Amino acid sequence: MELTTIWFLLVAVLFTGYFILEGFDFGVGMLLPVLGRDDRERRVLINTIGPVWDGNEVWLITAGGAMFASFPEWYATLFSGFYLPLLLILLALIARGVAFEYRHKRPEASWKRRWDAAIVIGSLLPAILWGVAFANILRGVPLNAEHEYVGGLFNLLNPYALLGGATTLALFLTHGAVFIALKTTGDIRERAGALAVRLGVGAAVLAVGFLTWTLSIRSSAAAVVLAVGAALALLGGLAAARVRREGWAFTGTAVAIGLAVATLFAALFPNVLPSTLDAAGTLTATNAASTPYTLKIMTWVAVIFTPVVLGYQAWTYWVFRKRIGVANIPQH
Amino acid sequence: MDALDVARWQFGVTTVYHFLFVPLTIGLSVLVAILQTMWHRTGNERYLKLTKFYGKLFLINFAMGVVTGIVQEFQFGMNWSDYSRFVGDIFGAPLAIEALVAFFLESTFIGLWIFGWDRLPKRAHLASIWAAAIGTNLSAYFILAANSFMQNPVGYRINPDSGRAELTDFPAVLTNKVALITFPHTLAGSFLVAGSMIVAVGLWHVIRNRDSADTDAYRFATKFGSWVVLVASAAVLFTGDIQGKIMTDVQPMKMAAAEGLYTTESPASFSVLTIGSLDGSREVFALKIPYLLSFLGTGDPHGTVRGIDDLQAQYATQYGPGSYTPIIPVTYWSFRFMITFGLAAGAIALLVLWSQRKGRTPSSKWLLRAGLAMPVLPLLANSFGWIFTEMGRQPWIVFGEMLTRNGVSRSVSLTEVLTSFTAFTLIYATLAVIEVKLLLRYAKAGVPDVTDQPPADDTDDAERPLAFAY
Repeated sequence: MELTTIWFLLVAVLFTGYFILEGFDFGVGMLLPVLGRDDRERRVLINTIGPVWDGNEVWLITAGGAMFASFPEWYATLFSGFYLPLLLILLALIARGVAFEYRHKRPEASWKRRWDAAIVIGSLLPAILWGVAFANILRGVPLNAEHEYVGGLFNLLNPYALLGGATTLALFLTHGAVFIALKTTGDIRERAGALAVRLGVGAAVLAVGFLTWTLSIRSSAAAVVLAVGAALALLGGLAAARVRREGWAFTGTAVAIGLAVATLFAALFPNVLPSTLDAAGTLTATNAASTPYTLKIMTWVAVIFTPVVLGYQAWTYWVFRKRIGVANIPQH
Repeated sequence: MDALDVARWQFGVTTVYHFLFVPLTIGLSVLVAILQTMWHRTGNERYLKLTKFYGKLFLINFAMGVVTGIVQEFQFGMNWSDYSRFVGDIFGAPLAIEALVAFFLESTFIGLWIFGWDRLPKRAHLASIWAAAIGTNLSAYFILAANSFMQNPVGYRINPDSGRAELTDFPAVLTNKVALITFPHTLAGSFLVAGSMIVAVGLWHVIRNRDSADTDAYRFATKFGSWVVLVASAAVLFTGDIQGKIMTDVQPMKMAAAEGLYTTESPASFSVLTIGSLDGSREVFALKIPYLLSFLGTGDPHGTVRGIDDLQAQYATQYGPGSYTPIIPVTYWSFRFMITFGLAAGAIALLVLWSQRKGRTPSSKWLLRAGLAMPVLPLLANSFGWIFTEMGRQPWIVFGEMLTRNGVSRSVSLTEVLTSFTAFTLIYATLAVIEVKLLLRYAKAGVPDVTDQPPADDTDDAERPLAFAY
């Protein structure tokens, strides 16, 4: 396999991992006011992701770094072109990250309320905007012959991209509810399980609509198979959630999100950012790539360190595998 | 004002801001790990209390470093896309490796450390803070290797067809002599901040909180921090000296700009301060130490240090017409502020140690004021150091290869970059106020009670409160 293909796959894997992992973080954050009826319950919710959210977010930093190293043109065009949406995502991630750490640092209700708002909005904005961004990558954007984005902000807010945003929003909400049901005890667990099924129906409708529209824009045999797989996994996850098989439900939503992201990348390949103007503006895995020397070095680094990272991250989830409930929340 | 100016201000402001938190993270991660190791070795609860106490302050600060760091990685693409295109083949690799090798280690193990007090065996918990500390320090190395390429590009060639820089020798990029010396210099500067913070908080409790049952712990912390500051001061001076010589070699203009040295001199004297025009071109009064600049720059008191005019003329011939001179008042004064503020912290640490000689208890109001100023001094020194090193490289974004004005994103409008600059400034200012208030609150609260430690196992009852929860 060519190095550029390997790196296309690796970038795809990193973003897929990011959306699976931070997907439920976002979901938990958004559901804070819905499933957390009082401060103790909200603390239960936050603490289900407490030890892991930071490690999950590093998937994004690594995906961004890998994109920069392996496809500098893609990174440069995409990040400068999607300037304002990315700005909003950054502001959201800043407010949300600090909120997790600072919320419990003072006892006042007003203090907690403000940080709760930061967590909810900080989770909601990226959950929508990542969908909008990736839908636009797939659909293609106006790039001139020098690969510069010339579309402006409103070009990014087309109906297909907005459906993409609604889809990621619904998927992450469902994924978050399923995760909460998996990680808590008592009343919260029951409510989260019931909510997951209701949210999941909406997510399934949106996801099927979005993936169908996606495949009508560009497609490949692999993309079709992955999209069907995503839909089946989501339905399986929902069926499991209905009968409160929480482990299987979480596996289902995780696989569904993974396959849905994979569908987008499979449909995109070998392009990385198609131009809707002159075809010469289209960025591909070949014309956006770094030199073979750089890719070769990066491949070695990835081959050596990725298994190590996966190993200790998996171990973290094992260490914090126990469910928590209101009884486990200390007084301060 | 155009988009380029605002993009530069934004990068400057967000980077200096980010680096207010990073040094404390770098230094304090290791120092907290050392305190926890001392607890393991001795079983003395004093060290456990200090581990938890400074660990809490460390985490309040850590969160800010993390979230402001993501902005930095995104900003290259968002605001400096032509720069990213030009150097991506080289510059992206250390960034990606930093994330994969260092950030994952840091963030995963910090989570294990925060929440793992009752979940991990004692030794695994101690190993977690060390792993996080190693990750943090490793990340500094990779990002400095990337920055050093901008100061002194090595291991590359320019592809004549694409006009882009291409990597030819990755080990050369990682062993860039600028990176090898900037790394220890930055670490030393970071430990200067972390040690100062430990002293300031400890000293406040020693002097103002005399009746505390934990005076013993605070006294230890004050001495421990002071020694860290002294060793770090020595390391800063030693590495800074070597750095000066390397700078004279690879970026002579930066050295000349640090000094406001217009004409080539041998021997050259070091200007302590100048009164006259801000850029030192016309002086009313100047305090100079003969031979010192020659010695700092070349290691030989009679060595030749090249002047700005001379270098400007040479670069104009070499790179075409234009100005290749940084803004001299900025480089001249930031260089002096860096040295002054850095040394001041070391001097106060000596006073603090002296005040506690032979078991004495310090009580001086003035000593307390000086002690409380301590953390601010190296933070200022670090900021001015970065302002100096980045402004001294101007007008280049990659020295000798690309001008800063050619690296900016062409597709980002003035309105867009003004929006982001305003938004970052507002959110950063708000968070700064919140962070400082929280740090003060938790610093004043003092060391925690550690008598009620839950056993470290995960077999007992499900109703037990977590040892730590958000």
